[in-house]
Amino acid sequence: MAVIEAKNLIKTYSTGDTSFNALDGVSLKVEYGEMVAIMGPSGSGKSTFMNMVGCLDKPTSGEYYLDGVSVETMNSDELAEIRNLKLGFVFQGFNLISKTSAVENVELPMVYKGIDPVTRHEKAMEALKIVGLEKRAGHHPNQMSGGQQQRVAIARAIVNDAPVILADEPTGNLDTKTSVDVMNFFVELNEKYKKTLVIVTHEDDIAGYCKRVVRFRDGKIISDMQNENPTRQNTKTE
Amino acid sequence: MIDFKSTFKIALVSLKTNKMRSSLTSLGIIIGVAAVIVMLAIGTGASTKVTKDMESMGSNLLTIRSASANQGGVRQGAGSKPSLTLKDAESLSKLARGAQAVAPVSNENKQVIYGNQNWSTTVYGTTANYLEIKSYELLLGRNFIPEDIKNSTKVVIIGSTVATELFGDVNPVNKVIRIGGVPFRIIGVLKSKGSSGPFDNDDLAFIPITTAQKKVFGVYFPGTVNMIVVKTTDSDIMDTTESDINEILSIRHNIGKNQDKDFEIRNSAEFQEKLKSTVKTFSILLGSIASVSLLVGGIGIMNIMLVSVTERTREIGIRMAIGARSSDIRKQFLIEALMLAIIGGLIGVVAGVATTQIVSAASTDLTTEISAFSIFISLGFSALVGVVFGFYPAYKASLLNPIDALRYE
Repeated sequence: MAVIEAKNLIKTYSTGDTSFNALDGVSLKVEYGEMVAIMGPSGSGKSTFMNMVGCLDKPTSGEYYLDGVSVETMNSDELAEIRNLKLGFVFQGFNLISKTSAVENVELPMVYKGIDPVTRHEKAMEALKIVGLEKRAGHHPNQMSGGQQQRVAIARAIVNDAPVILADEPTGNLDTKTSVDVMNFFVELNEKYKKTLVIVTHEDDIAGYCKRVVRFRDGKIISDMQNENPTRQNTKTE
Repeated sequence: MIDFKSTFKIALVSLKTNKMRSSLTSLGIIIGVAAVIVMLAIGTGASTKVTKDMESMGSNLLTIRSASANQGGVRQGAGSKPSLTLKDAESLSKLARGAQAVAPVSNENKQVIYGNQNWSTTVYGTTANYLEIKSYELLLGRNFIPEDIKNSTKVVIIGSTVATELFGDVNPVNKVIRIGGVPFRIIGVLKSKGSSGPFDNDDLAFIPITTAQKKVFGVYFPGTVNMIVVKTTDSDIMDTTESDINEILSIRHNIGKNQDKDFEIRNSAEFQEKLKSTVKTFSILLGSIASVSLLVGGIGIMNIMLVSVTERTREIGIRMAIGARSSDIRKQFLIEALMLAIIGGLIGVVAGVATTQIVSAASTDLTTEISAFSIFISLGFSALVGVVFGFYPAYKASLLNPIDALRYE
């Protein structure tokens, strides 16, 4: 069974008389443990597709199964729950809550899952350890570098043991060296922790880390290729 | 599902992040609650004072006076046509239902003299019952005994003002004073009741009604009294007692059904009710004015919460993306508003109580009384304000679409 299964997704935006298909019949299957890059120029529909995959939006028509669950008929509360349990988000702008500490940010998905504070804290510290920031647990986002903030965001994405991690331009705000660090974490998550990763990017370097590259244009998938020789760089930095 | 404690903590962190803003928003509620407490304290104080004043005047009283005389078309004042007698008083005490104590009263202003001191006071000719009816207590000496009335003895009970004016610190009991030239032996001194308004309740003297009629007051119609005062057993029976008195006096005075009565009955309860309702209206008015400021404080909360929701759109988006439901977001903002209101309310209670103390210390005319009820109601009202004015911003936050909220700059 595929973890992500989209069948003929169509998303139509209408403004007045004109309507426009942001997604025009997209079908895609992602198996457990894959690391997929989604590429395409702006306006290609890749962000719209990510919103569907991330259960943030519902398609106009088509079917979407996440971890075997049909999503398109769910109401907003059920979508919130499925985002909480099955998905981890990593955004371009990190999207941490600035007035709370790193560990509190990582705890947040578990707060909404209803896990008790003690377990919550333990699991958050474990996740921070994986990204190598356990010593910075008490720091606030504005006391950290961009790379560190993104690693906190990654810790937050993995803390609920969600099967799928969605990253939207995760290195867009980072310099090259930090980007390599972050991508190394993604590779580790994929290979060591067997997470399914879907990474939206427009950089070929970043896509090069992924074993599969899907390209979008004009709301359609134009190519879907396996990458036999993904990039692996071992530059571990703190 | 998010637990309450975590929601509470999130709200607390948000409020702490904007300390200045939170405290200024709470200030509106603080002022509102404090104003409600001070105003209610003044209102309750006034009502307690009025009740106390009325108790000192005596409660559950029916006063019967002679009706006005009509001399050639010119009507005189009430009591100008003496028609009430001691016998009337006696039969009322025997026959009227609910009459606990009956006292005939005639009064006149007289000069009282002791040695080289003299003082003008109101002298009441009455019986032993009058003390109970008017809630007077004896400080020294004794009340009248039946023989005093029967034999018209020349004894007097004086009020504390008279005692002070004539005797200073000396014990007046058994001293002899002259009232209108007639010597009277003092048998008792009354405990002070203070004054009700401009009227000094202690500037008076009581002598037996029979002595008054025969020796002191020049009564035009021998045996008559100015009025008869009746105290009823309780306030519920007053109407029955009043109609009994009406019936008994009509029979005794031979008044037919369609004739004008030669007496009139005044019910103290009616007057007291009127006074009480005036004070109550006054309290409600003060309370309502104060409530308006609480309402304005509530609008302040709503205003700042709306700003806060807009400012934190992105945060709301993040929370929603990682699994917060609409209801979680709504709860978070509602609790923030509620906390502003309740913290403001609690500080307001302290400020209100302190202000009340200052007001009552600074002013001798103003009696204040803080009731648990006023604290409870102002706290409850501020919490209500928090919920009512916090709801719309919270609802607005919960309606945000996570995609748009995440994209918000």
